[in-house]
Amino acid sequence: MMASGYNAKEEDGHHSGAPGNGGAGAVKSKKPDNTAFKQQRLPAWQPILTAGTVLPAFFVIGLIFIPIGIGLFVTSNNIKEFEIDYTGIEASSPCYNCAQNYSWNSTSSCTCKVPFTLEQPFESNVFMYYGLSNFYQNHRRYVKSRDDSQLNGDLTSLKSPSKECDPYRTSDGLPIAPCGAIANSLFNDTLELYHLSNGTRTAVVLMKKGIAWWTDKNVKFRNPGGNANLTVAFQGTSKPVNWRTPVFELDPNDPDNNGFINEDFIVWMRTAALPTFRKLYRIIQKKVDAPTLASGKYELEVSYNYPVRSFDGRKRVILSTISWMGGKNPFLGIAYITVGSVCFFLAVVLLIIHHKYDNRCSSADIPN
Amino acid sequence: MDFSVLRNLISRYCVGEENWLDSRTVYIGQKEPPPGAAAYIPQRYPDNRIVSSKYTFWNFIPKNLFEQFRRIANFYFLVIFLVQLIIDTPTSPVTSGLPLFFVITVTAIKQGYEDWLRHKADCSINECPVDVVQQGKAARTQSHKLRVGDVVVVKEDETFPCDLVLLSSSREDGTCYVTTASLDGESSHKTYYAVPDTKAFRTDREVESLHATIECEQPQPDLYKFVGRINVYKDTEEPVARPLGSENLLLRGATLKNTHHIYAVAIYTGMETKMALNYQSKSQKRSAVEKSMNAFLIVYLCILISKAVINTVLKYAWQWSPDRDEPWYNHRTENERQRPVVIRAFTDFLAFMVLFNYIIPVSMYVTVEMQKFLGSYFITWDEEMFDEELGEGAQVNTSDLNEELGQVEYVFTDKTGTLTENNMEFIECCVDGNVYVPHAICNGQILSAASSIDMIDSSPGGYRREHEDLFFRALCLCHTVQVKEEETVDGIKRGFHQGRPTSFYISSSPDEVALVEGMKRLGYTYLRLKDNYMEILNKDDEIERFELLHVLNFDSVRRRMSVIVKSSSGEYLLFCKGADSSIFPRVVSGKVEQVKARVEQNAVEGLRTLCVAFRRLSPDDYQEACLLLTQAKLALQDREQRLAQAYDAIERDFVLLGATAVEDRLQEKAADTIESLHKAGMKVWVLTGDKMETAAATCYASKLFRRSTQILELTKKRTEEQSLHDVMFELSRTVLRQRSMSGLSVDCLDYGLIIDGATLTAVLKSGPEGNYREVFLEVSRNCSAVLCCRMAPLQKAQIVKLIKASKEHPITLAIGDGANDVSMILEAHVGI
Repeated sequence: MMASGYNAKEEDGHHSGAPGNGGAGAVKSKKPDNTAFKQQRLPAWQPILTAGTVLPAFFVIGLIFIPIGIGLFVTSNNIKEFEIDYTGIEASSPCYNCAQNYSWNSTSSCTCKVPFTLEQPFESNVFMYYGLSNFYQNHRRYVKSRDDSQLNGDLTSLKSPSKECDPYRTSDGLPIAPCGAIANSLFNDTLELYHLSNGTRTAVVLMKKGIAWWTDKNVKFRNPGGNANLTVAFQGTSKPVNWRTPVFELDPNDPDNNGFINEDFIVWMRTAALPTFRKLYRIIQKKVDAPTLASGKYELEVSYNYPVRSFDGRKRVILSTISWMGGKNPFLGIAYITVGSVCFFLAVVLLIIHHKYDNRCSSADIPN
Repeated sequence: MDFSVLRNLISRYCVGEENWLDSRTVYIGQKEPPPGAAAYIPQRYPDNRIVSSKYTFWNFIPKNLFEQFRRIANFYFLVIFLVQLIIDTPTSPVTSGLPLFFVITVTAIKQGYEDWLRHKADCSINECPVDVVQQGKAARTQSHKLRVGDVVVVKEDETFPCDLVLLSSSREDGTCYVTTASLDGESSHKTYYAVPDTKAFRTDREVESLHATIECEQPQPDLYKFVGRINVYKDTEEPVARPLGSENLLLRGATLKNTHHIYAVAIYTGMETKMALNYQSKSQKRSAVEKSMNAFLIVYLCILISKAVINTVLKYAWQWSPDRDEPWYNHRTENERQRPVVIRAFTDFLAFMVLFNYIIPVSMYVTVEMQKFLGSYFITWDEEMFDEELGEGAQVNTSDLNEELGQVEYVFTDKTGTLTENNMEFIECCVDGNVYVPHAICNGQILSAASSIDMIDSSPGGYRREHEDLFFRALCLCHTVQVKEEETVDGIKRGFHQGRPTSFYISSSPDEVALVEGMKRLGYTYLRLKDNYMEILNKDDEIERFELLHVLNFDSVRRRMSVIVKSSSGEYLLFCKGADSSIFPRVVSGKVEQVKARVEQNAVEGLRTLCVAFRRLSPDDYQEACLLLTQAKLALQDREQRLAQAYDAIERDFVLLGATAVEDRLQEKAADTIESLHKAGMKVWVLTGDKMETAAATCYASKLFRRSTQILELTKKRTEEQSLHDVMFELSRTVLRQRSMSGLSVDCLDYGLIIDGATLTAVLKSGPEGNYREVFLEVSRNCSAVLCCRMAPLQKAQIVKLIKASKEHPITLAIGDGANDVSMILEAHVGI
């Protein structure tokens, strides 16, 4: 059809007719194959939406979803959760003083004690979280500000961290390890839990290991030059500007939890998607004969280091049990119940409409 | 050159206007005219190179990239990619770059390959050998080396390499026969004439000695229009000026037939030939889906930009407080702090653009392309579209338009070769109500079979016999058929007469060939025209000789032609054949009723009917007629008109002999196809270069017009009687009335419109004073079928364009086979 070729094309057209008549071989090769694919006869199924197919589908969806939703909702409701806000904004708050007198360069930490009462005993393993509000860990500048190869123990990155870490890349001419804004803003409040019963104050045993992902701990994060002698390994680097201690002193007692593979550090480095988030802090192992946390009076001892007032933040501690479906999450159950109910309701309405107004004598339009 | 291109561009919008200010002077044989004539100004013309390819080796990459990035989507992704490269981006540039460059590369390879094929085709055309007369002898050169003014020798069955003016021919009378099948689709032979002053130059040496210049208009695309003048210089005399018309102009693409060789001078070459001018620039066909996709793209682009703007504004609103902008845990670098706010805001805006660019998915285009590609293969593979005879299935030329096929509302079709097989066949004839049907198969037994068939009338033998003889003779004589002797191989095909050299009949009208061949099968063989004597071999194998005295040529106004012959017995006879409507009023005796009935019956069956009549002329009558004709022919002014008057005076008082029926065989299942197209609600337009009567007959045969169809005519004949305005007004009133009526009555009439080229030009041209264009559209939209006859190729394209531009923006489809359909096919959404 193109304008090319002028007469040549015309003549071609004439010639092609002649051999076509004569050469049967040529004809055969040009004839399209009679296969199911090429002739578009492949078996296909197209859903035809009729009352006969739609109504049962709705009923089935409704009947399946509602029990699932109820199950999820009940499970979620059985999970116990207790939340304490210790920011210290209000004057009545025990941490008010600490919050007010905060200064960046104080060496000693301010300690405050927050009493609280558990009405119900907490069974099984209890997870202790710290929560921050209005903290934008999802800011683009913030998220990028890290050097993963440095955190993986790479020696060259240790000495010359990635440009992404700026402005937390070097201090006083020395490379910062770990560099970047995320590491620099590590949550450094220390939280301890005491059970008050009959005037005695017993510390609740908090497990600080097992709170990070296995892959993070064993694959993604590695100390430079192995775990032995971190002081030497980190020589020639500087601590992040906001830190009190260098990275190799995060947990001096346990070489498996020190340096880059410190689990508190690993948990912090996994940035949260929303400005209000919680991160796992400690695990309270269940006891054999008694509830993990019996009901009664407790006291939370906070060494208040982390400033949040400047950005209107909040700090919380959350105690929670878990179930097979994870932490407390009523939404999933509600969603299931809602969808199931809507489907069931629609099914009923459509059934009524179908029965009442279907006055066609034949079922011609309903093949099934 | 540039100037003429511009002119051609303009001329495309005003075809048919004859206001050529400028002309060109061509020096035949590149020789300077003798001194004293106008000064020799060497003009620059393009060489005879035809270029249909888009790219050259050097400009392929930039030009192809430019073409591709003209697509909005491609350009958009390129911009996104560049932005990603420049700014600090949230996503990697690879994500948008890789798919983009994949698509671009694949498309470029495909287009490059196609263009390479075009280059090859161009090359083979440009390098085909041509004989040029140089220094008194023919020299062989390549087609693209031809220059304006070269004298070219063209041999039989060769194609003209450029637009030529005929100088002389191997035939004595300076005529040559040409078929323009590849130009306008008419496969009949046309006669072209040499100027009397040059037709004597019949050898290389003589041609070389010819001294002449040709003045003609600048190239224009109308195939049937040519105005020029030839100045022949003879020794010392004043130059003789002769007018040149389209009957002297041999067009590129046409083929010389039935003439041994001709000498002709090149006047338009290369891209200036009428053929090349008739090919519109090759624009890429875009499907409606793609167009709407582009529209959506723009909408989405707006959404994207507004989204990015809103987000940027919100970002800065949110960052208003320094706590949020730079909390202690998330400081800026020094560099960023120093950057001006405006630039920061702008890069933020770009970053948001990049972030949201997935609102226009790259994959959409890739997927759609893939789907189309596969779809075109499914069309190729379709078994039901496979033609057993040719061994070819459907061929998809472009995969861009597959989805359009389902949305076609208007079908434009070429008639000859598309609707019909362009193969006339004599079906039957009727003499005074007796019907004769030639048996095509058994040549020997025709006579007995034919004469015994269908005897309706049992009139006295002698009378009948006489009329029958006259009728057959009339058909044998009343034509302009040429006989071409063919001795060898082809004899097998048409060899009814063993032992004798068989012959081809060649004529400008396939009807005539069909008639003469039909006569042959009925026993009367037209042998040849020799020294103005027509020889006929009659039933009893006797040769009858008639002296051909005058031919009153066919024209579309009279719709008949006549010959005056003198039989061997000295009788003067006038035989006339023509359309029934033009013959019957002039008949004084004969069995009008029976013939009329038969004619009508045949017309219903879609056969093309002609009536045959004769008149015996006394010597006095003949003298008188002779005088009239000569006078008219010699008249300098109003020659046409006086000829018509003369014809009118001569062609009267006929005795009706009978009628013939010829069938232009329709393509297999053409009628079914058209009927189902109608049922599907599509409108079928037939655009043809043929005459109106022929075309109309075909339309009836192919059920395009049914018996119930009311025909609205918008033809030159009618517009000459009334003004165009009145006709248009009347038509629209009829159609509108029908529309209001059809609301009431269930069986609404459908209308068929017939329009011819000349009227169409008038309709389209009349911009300022009346809105005929609108009226025409209104009328034609209400017609289920429209027939446009006498169309030039560009007019076909104009029609398609007109419909395309109408309110509903319907999807159009054009079908054609000849080169004359190319512009129409290019214009329509879908071309077949």
